[in-house]
Amino acid sequence: MNDIHQLTGAYALDAVDDIERARFEQHLAECEDCRTEVASLREAAGLLSETTLATPPPALRDSVLAGISQVRPLPPVVERTPVVQRRWFPFLVAAAVVAILGVGAAFWQPWTASQDGSLTAAERVLNAPDAHSVAVDLGKTGKATVTLSESVGKAVITTEDMAPAPEGKVFELWLQSPEGDMVPAGLMPPGEDNQMVLEGDAASATAVGLTVEPEGGSDEPTLPPVALFDFSQAT
Amino acid sequence: MDHIRAVPDGAPSPGAPSGAAPADTTAGELATLLQRSSRGDEGAFAQVYDATSSRAYGLALRVVRNPAHAEEVVQEAYLDAWRSSTRYDPARGSALGWLLTIVHRKAVDRVRSAEAATQRDATYHRETQPVDHDQTAEAAHASLEAQRVRGAVSTLTAVQREAVELAFFGGYTHTEVATMLDVPVGTAKTRIRDGLIRLRDAMGVGS
Ligand SMILES: [Zn+2]
Repeated sequence: MNDIHQLTGAYALDAVDDIERARFEQHLAECEDCRTEVASLREAAGLLSETTLATPPPALRDSVLAGISQVRPLPPVVERTPVVQRRWFPFLVAAAVVAILGVGAAFWQPWTASQDGSLTAAERVLNAPDAHSVAVDLGKTGKATVTLSESVGKAVITTEDMAPAPEGKVFELWLQSPEGDMVPAGLMPPGEDNQMVLEGDAASATAVGLTVEPEGGSDEPTLPPVALFDFSQAT
Repeated sequence: MDHIRAVPDGAPSPGAPSGAAPADTTAGELATLLQRSSRGDEGAFAQVYDATSSRAYGLALRVVRNPAHAEEVVQEAYLDAWRSSTRYDPARGSALGWLLTIVHRKAVDRVRSAEAATQRDATYHRETQPVDHDQTAEAAHASLEAQRVRGAVSTLTAVQREAVELAFFGGYTHTEVATMLDVPVGTAKTRIRDGLIRLRDAMGVGS
């Protein structure tokens, strides 16, 4: 629905619940206008803090500085040099067709979530400070977004209006290792609006693939893929 | 609580920079300090803290109301900022705005989870938590930047301002704001967005 662009203000003020936030972040992944607007509205909202200044107790400074001395900053998001694509190469070529149809820009989320244990694995990924999303518009098949967090070490796929796999087939997910190997990462449960945490360690994955496989899944991806979510292009 | 000052101790005040820059450190300096922090420079991060903590703490206190909770929120937020400082991109906004986004989200999560945990009536909870309005007002009054922001806020319509403040300082979702103001959800959403756009344009922020 068109109305979703109207949520920029509420989103910028954190005036959304977790479900609205996740949905809007999927939209942000593919709407440059909303990304720009959210950034400017957040900047404006931050200025309101000029009207509520309060000096914290001096002990807080000590606690903060003691706290950071025990943690190192996260590594930067590096531009990975293209690896030699072994048997995975044809997959990439086929995926390029999909990519031309529409790959949303990967984007970076500066916001973070509380560390309490009440978050699901999917929420931890979606709310991680280093979460990146790549959205792929599959046309009549629907829309899928993969969000990956290196710090959580997991990836989450969220689908919208996803057409069912052909009779007797399933959608299977794959994590691409830096060496170019495709590692099975689980079968997509049926349903058009789905969210699933991929199996396996996604921290070093350079891409996520989505293929159609015979029921029960395969050990190697069947080409061409339905979609490729290329995180090596993410910044 | 200690006496409130608008500017951290010992900080020089070389004129008021525009936009979201703190009064004593320019936006560019703050971005540089944050980038040095991302390379593990704890001294640079201490300067980031000194330049921003009265804003971060004041905002957290306004949202969560309880000083001890506000301290926890601020501590967690700065730790997160330190950890993810590598991911701060000056092209996407000011360092202060980036930091306050983290603080605000933590503060909102805190009030919401506290309410969920205690099942306490939100209105009761918020109205009975102590807030020292006088000290907050004193600190705000001392800041030239605050006067500029107040001027910008005054360009909002009364209903826009009400919706923005309930969402930002109250920590309520736009759906809750709609119920509290007895207006349709779409109306609350629009008031928040239009109000922020007006504030942004009055302050000359962003593109
Ligand atoms: Zn949009």
